[in-house]
Amino acid sequence: MDALDLARWQFGITTIYHFLFVPLTIGLSVVVAALQTAWHRTGKTEYLRATRFFGKLFLINFAMGVVTGIVQEFQFGMNWSTYSTFVGDVFGAPLALEALLAFFLESTFIGLWIFGWDKLPKRVHLATIWAAAIGSNLSAYFILAANAWMRHPVGFEVNEATGRAQLTDIGAVLTNPQAWSTYTHVLGASFVVAGLFVVAVSAYRLWRHRDADHEMFRKALRAGLLTTVVAGIVVAASGDHQAKLMAQDEPMKLAAAEALWRTEAPTGFSLFAVGDVEGSRNVVNVQVPYVLSFLATGEFTGEVEGIVELQERFEAQFGPGDYVPNVPVLYWAFRLMMGLGGAAIGVGVLGLWITRRGRLPERGWTYGVAMLALPAALAANIAGWVLTEIGRQPWTVTGELLTAASVSPGVSLGEVAFSLTTFTLLYGALAVVEVRLLWRYVQAGPAHVTPTVEPGARVPAFTY
Amino acid sequence: MDLPTIWFLAIALLWTGYLVLEGFDFGVGMLLPSVGRDESGRRTMINAIGPVWDGNEVWLITAIGAMFAAFPAWYAATLSGFYVPVLLIVVALVFRGVAFEYRGKIDSAVWRRRWDAAIVGGSLVPAFGWGLVFANLLRGVEIGADGVVRSSLLDLLSPYALLGALATTALFVLHGALFLGLKTDGPVRHRARAAARRAALVAVPVVGGFLAWTAHDRGTGVPAAVAAVALLLTAVGCAAQRREGWAFAATAASIVAVSVMVFGGLYPALLPSLIDPAFGLTVANASSAPYTLGILSVVGAVFLPLVIGYQAWSYWVFRRRVHVDAA
Ligand code: HDD
Ligand code: HEM
Ligand code: HEM
Repeated sequence: MDALDLARWQFGITTIYHFLFVPLTIGLSVVVAALQTAWHRTGKTEYLRATRFFGKLFLINFAMGVVTGIVQEFQFGMNWSTYSTFVGDVFGAPLALEALLAFFLESTFIGLWIFGWDKLPKRVHLATIWAAAIGSNLSAYFILAANAWMRHPVGFEVNEATGRAQLTDIGAVLTNPQAWSTYTHVLGASFVVAGLFVVAVSAYRLWRHRDADHEMFRKALRAGLLTTVVAGIVVAASGDHQAKLMAQDEPMKLAAAEALWRTEAPTGFSLFAVGDVEGSRNVVNVQVPYVLSFLATGEFTGEVEGIVELQERFEAQFGPGDYVPNVPVLYWAFRLMMGLGGAAIGVGVLGLWITRRGRLPERGWTYGVAMLALPAALAANIAGWVLTEIGRQPWTVTGELLTAASVSPGVSLGEVAFSLTTFTLLYGALAVVEVRLLWRYVQAGPAHVTPTVEPGARVPAFTY
Repeated sequence: MDLPTIWFLAIALLWTGYLVLEGFDFGVGMLLPSVGRDESGRRTMINAIGPVWDGNEVWLITAIGAMFAAFPAWYAATLSGFYVPVLLIVVALVFRGVAFEYRGKIDSAVWRRRWDAAIVGGSLVPAFGWGLVFANLLRGVEIGADGVVRSSLLDLLSPYALLGALATTALFVLHGALFLGLKTDGPVRHRARAAARRAALVAVPVVGGFLAWTAHDRGTGVPAAVAAVALLLTAVGCAAQRREGWAFAATAASIVAVSVMVFGGLYPALLPSLIDPAFGLTVANASSAPYTLGILSVVGAVFLPLVIGYQAWSYWVFRRRVHVDAA
């Protein structure tokens, strides 16, 4: 166990934690803005109630997204100083753009929205939530462009004198195919999560509380299901594109994710495999023929390179070393992402059918299944990131900088251990608080956050 | 002026914006127990900064992001070199951010008491910590030829650095007290005035002492130091005459003067070396390439005024005094 290992654990833990809140913020901000727009257009109080109810839940989540994001921004410099110095010229630009263009917009307008109910004209107040929602959706692009660059570095050169990467073409960085493909995929996945959040909350209220808001939650349930399905289509289409890019830019990641030890043409998609990592082979492998060839190349008989061949090729190119990432983790991460995420989206499709024309299921377990789809979608997101990030190993910047060479040389094992422990404990405690709060507000329902108001009347502010 | 210098100034501007803006909400946070006294008092105080604290904090995020982009080696060496103080600051900011959002979400005195403690600690630690970090930037660190900082935590706690930390803390308490005088009404306003008087008694000598020490070490910066102290005294004078707007503006200007002193004292160095001056990071040797700086300049020139515009508007929207009736 050295500082490198702990720094990696810390990065993984804190980033995954950040990403539990991010998809909800991205998606729910738009949902809340849409609800408020509906209220604005129709004047129906049920939309106002829904806006304020989901708005409250959104804010509880938003706070966590913000504070965990701050940790991320500092962490690069604290634990990964060599990496930061190497990439800052390229990577810092999108990050600074994100803060300037997106975070300011988001945080300022969220403040205006929370406290502005009785201070701003209705129309302006509506605009503030849209500004915040646009800020959230925009911020994701920059950080993902920076992340995509690490997978597929473009638009830069390494300065011989300083040994640092230097930006030569910002356009190339921002239009990196990996960037917009990832953005589409992540945005889709975020709206799947947000849609299923609305579904889970509505299902719970419909199941356990037969109250005056029944009709409102029925509508919300349908809207959530529809969001999930539409976003699910985006996820599937962009996921297919992601796989093709992976075959092109990071063949080793694909081979590892498929436990494909040897180059094959055509090759099948593995459904279940038991591998022997030492012996570079699979003991058991159940495959669907031709599918992997198609996923990776677009042709049913396309050739897909294997781990053993890739390792040889990389040794010739980069010198001796181990270029194989953790095969079992990648293999199962890929399957969990597609399996759990696919199942969650499937719940959306089935749900739309079951609830058609005003129907609602009688049996309690149907609601239970609808609620389980939410954790499944979140788990799929985490699995997707594990695939992306662990699959990039041993590199932080593919072909340019090794993870082992990225850490801060002056930071001791004790320091990283201290910070890893602190964040793990802190985040664990905050998770309990957050879930408890969300649960409380879901239980309390819309009546709690919306004193009966007439449209146009003075609405008391959400204060602290 | 060359691009790296422009970006040094831009980063100084972002930090100054951060210290002026979040300075008062740190002050409010630290004053929560003494000025807040009862629940309605504390709610008044928190609501006074409620709409704006998050926007204020983004100045920090942008400053750090700009350091990363414009001077990657500075960003990396500072954050890894000041590991423990930076860690504590970040943890404090996490607590504080969550506390503002969550304290009012459950109606229980115990619950609120816990989050109030998080607000106080979450404001005190960064107020103290940033002073410590900046004083150490001025003093220099054990940075070697390889650009790696090897100062131990103990090295960072020199008397000079501790005085710097006390100076920012006292300054922010005063700034926050004057903000409350300006933005609140009733008993909170009354107690804030008294708190401002007490804070000034500490802030004036401590800030003055730190700036005098700095000016003495560097042989420059006397005008900025004098201005900073004179502005603090002006603030106290204005507050005594109930000119609360002017008093608050004066502490804000005093923070700007301190910041001028710090960044002016630093330039053209970014992180001076105590081992050998040649090893230190400077504006010239740590900057990104002109291409990146050029892009950042265009984006900054367009968007920073826009940001300042809508943040100013948000302050305008919430310009009225905050008053919470005892429920
Ligand atoms: C609801 C969540 C969800 C679902 C159902 C899917 N994904 Fe996904 N996937 C993600 C959520 C996600 C993610 C968490 O958002 C990732 C992590 C990084 C990224 O770009 O998106 C991801 C990454 C990711 C990557 C790695 C990109 C890289 O490392 O370059 C590939 C190849 C795919 N996905 C492909 C798919 C395919 C073929 C899917 C089946 C239809 C699929 N994803 C469904
Ligand atoms: C929010 C979604 C993300 C998640 C869940 C995630 C997850 C992870 C995980 C699990 C690791 C550990 C890998 C390992 O130890 O083998 C890691 C490493 C890393 N990731 Fe990510 N990551 C995310 C986004 C990003 C982004 C956006 C960036 C850059 C902008 C990034 C940069 C890095 C770096 C520098 C490391 C450290 C080196 C390493 O161990 O690979 N990650 N990430
Ligand atoms: C690992 C690299 C990352 C860094 C350095 C980072 C940085 C930050 C920071 C500093 C904040 C707080 C902003 C504020 O105060 O308003 C934040 C929030 C946010 N981040 Fe991240 N982030 C990272 C990964 C990601 C990824 C991969 C995404 C999206 C795909 C993302 C999306 C967001 C969004 C939407 C917010 C604002 C909403 C919220 O607070 O939940 N971040 N991030």
